[in-house]
Amino acid sequence: MRTTDHAEENTSAAAHPGRRPGSARGAHRRAHVLRGIALTSGLALALTACGGAAGGDDDGGVAEGEDVSLSVTTFNEFGYEELFTEYEELNENVTIEHNKIDTAENARDSLRNSLGAGQGASDIEPLEVDWLAEFKQYPDRFEDLSDPEVEGRWLDWKYEDALLEDGSLIGYGTDSGPQAVCYRADLFEEAGLPTDRDEVADFLGDTWEDYFAAGREFVAESDSAWYSGSDNVWQGMINQVEVPFQDAEGEVIADTNPEVKDLYDQLLEASVQDELSAGLTQWSGDWSDAFQREETFATMMCPGWMLGIIEGNAAEVEGWDIANTFPGGGANWGGSYLTVPSQGDNVEAAKELAAWLTAPEQQLKAFEVVNAFPSTAEALESEELLSATNEFFNDAPTGEILAERAEAVETQPLKGTEYLTINVAIQDAINRVDVDGSDDPESSWQKFVNDMEALR
Amino acid sequence: MTAPSRAEAAATGSRSGGPAGRTGTGRRKPRISFRHRASAWDRRYSPYLYISPFFLLFAVVGLFPLIYTIWVAAHDWDLIMGQGEFVGTDNFAHVLGQRAFWISLRNTLSIFILSSAPQVVAAILIAYLLDYNLRARTFWRMGVLVPYVVTPVAVALIFSNLFGDRFGLVNSMLETVGIDAVGWHSGVLPSHLAIATMVNFRWTGYNALIFLAAMQAVPRDLYEAAAIDGAGKVRQFISVTIPNLRPTIIFVIITSTIGGLQIFDEPRMFDQYGRGGADGQWQTMTLYLYELGWTRSDFGLASAVAVLLFLLIVAIGLVNFVITRRISSSEVKR
Repeated sequence: MRTTDHAEENTSAAAHPGRRPGSARGAHRRAHVLRGIALTSGLALALTACGGAAGGDDDGGVAEGEDVSLSVTTFNEFGYEELFTEYEELNENVTIEHNKIDTAENARDSLRNSLGAGQGASDIEPLEVDWLAEFKQYPDRFEDLSDPEVEGRWLDWKYEDALLEDGSLIGYGTDSGPQAVCYRADLFEEAGLPTDRDEVADFLGDTWEDYFAAGREFVAESDSAWYSGSDNVWQGMINQVEVPFQDAEGEVIADTNPEVKDLYDQLLEASVQDELSAGLTQWSGDWSDAFQREETFATMMCPGWMLGIIEGNAAEVEGWDIANTFPGGGANWGGSYLTVPSQGDNVEAAKELAAWLTAPEQQLKAFEVVNAFPSTAEALESEELLSATNEFFNDAPTGEILAERAEAVETQPLKGTEYLTINVAIQDAINRVDVDGSDDPESSWQKFVNDMEALR
Repeated sequence: MTAPSRAEAAATGSRSGGPAGRTGTGRRKPRISFRHRASAWDRRYSPYLYISPFFLLFAVVGLFPLIYTIWVAAHDWDLIMGQGEFVGTDNFAHVLGQRAFWISLRNTLSIFILSSAPQVVAAILIAYLLDYNLRARTFWRMGVLVPYVVTPVAVALIFSNLFGDRFGLVNSMLETVGIDAVGWHSGVLPSHLAIATMVNFRWTGYNALIFLAAMQAVPRDLYEAAAIDGAGKVRQFISVTIPNLRPTIIFVIITSTIGGLQIFDEPRMFDQYGRGGADGQWQTMTLYLYELGWTRSDFGLASAVAVLLFLLIVAIGLVNFVITRRISSSEVKR
């Protein structure tokens, strides 16, 4: 702005030589001075604001009964709102500020930024499993959360993923994402297919080939598509590959891994040639709207947390149900951890809150609210979980189904430091073909190969 | 503290009439009193003092970041881990070798042209209408500024819903008229048009007010003279209003160049991911910079893009400057 102001003055003065009376010029200068004052006072305000924030308790210890304000960042739906209220009631000196971010990617970007700047992170920050390894590269930025009291709380893989080489723990596991298949029973019925959830499970089969074959049968009889978009199915497929994108040394193998390419080809053939896809990218406005439309899609890869999202988008729509099966065996999609960044003012209080939020009882409550599937051994065995049903999904025993799906999970993929970046790149490749139609599978794959070259 | 005592010494020296004081040429120097010196300093240095706040602020918030960015661009620099090895121009070479960079350059220029050109034309026309003696004049004049007051993110949210590929309002309207739905989020040109629409929505009114202010400075007797010469409204607009607006037009073009080339909010909010499309259809240079810096946390590469963007703006600014000079000198000749 400043330079442009000068440009204005110069051009005007040059264009009307001598026309500008002196007083006008004086006024202009006064405006500059005023702006200078405004700027400096603004700066001073900002500085004092920073000083205020930094003036907190630096050693991180909080005396008993002292008022503590904790901020917690979450993304999508963690189902923590009621838990925060409960914790505040249990600990009267604690107030919790909830910072809710729309997507996992945005939460990741904002955490990166805060870690880089050395300030701005919430007292508790979430890490999603897809970018857990990425942040494990910066152990000194996070508090070590290892604590004999919570050891053995989580499933082994959930716990071990968050362990660092030196034995310290970067985060407490929240939910996990065993996937089932959600489907629209009403659309199945219109297409003359079975609607009962056990029969549907048989109909969908055990492999991806079975699932796509069932889809071909469905689209032949229906105006709707089989699934919302290839990127949704991709998340199911890629989470079954043991070593997908980076090998144990961290070397990028995504574009040379035949397993990845085979899945890519299989998926796009089903989406484009067999027209099984509705061509909607996940989380887009069109995708959310499509839940309410006549011509929509019939199935969806369904980790526990997705149930809440479907229910939100498809409110008032009847017919959603969930089948106890998953193509290609079990697979986890998503699931997160709570970390305590070291830059916080109240790390001890934050650790306590993080431990409390991820305890079996609280995980069960989050499951009740948004179907965030627990990751603690105790919660998984609890009667409360196994007897849980979901009214929206035709009273399906979601607890039992997802618990069985969790047992079916055989591989926990090796997710390297670049997992998210690579997965985003390959989803872009898939969307270029399925959604945009700007590429065919081969040319789009070539662009993906170039992206991988740029990454090396 | 030293200055007054030296001045005192000089004063006593001249009073006592020491040997140095008597000898010819050196005589005048010690005679200058502190008052004189102070006023000389005042005359010489205080203008610098008066203008210094601007330069100090500019140095802190303008010059320093600029130079620091160049410094970062010459290093391996991780967002979280900070400075790494010095790599010279490697970052620039890497960025210039990327297809994504050239695509982002194309997108930036295309969105810039699609937004700036119609914006200036529309703003002049709106200003011309507002220049008339309208009823409820202030209302209309404030009205055109309303889009500017709305935050860009809100504008982007509303517009990206309007431009939804499947269920957006624009496509529904096109379909009722019998035109095929446009892939606003999949095509290159459609996405640029949609984003340019957001930019125009936001900035046209603002620019219109600038033009309006300039129009009101046009002497009314010129119009009267033109009317006596038999010029109609259109002729008056082309031959009187536009030439008098030239400097303002150039100002608006320069500011919209800077703004247009740095466009960020609108493309970032255009879809749910904010990366500029699966094929980089609307990934502008600032979005590319953001992806390198924050998503891939490579500040070295991001800074290299920032420096290249700076050079691009300077280059286009220089072109503008040359045009400015040509126009102003032609006016002097006239």
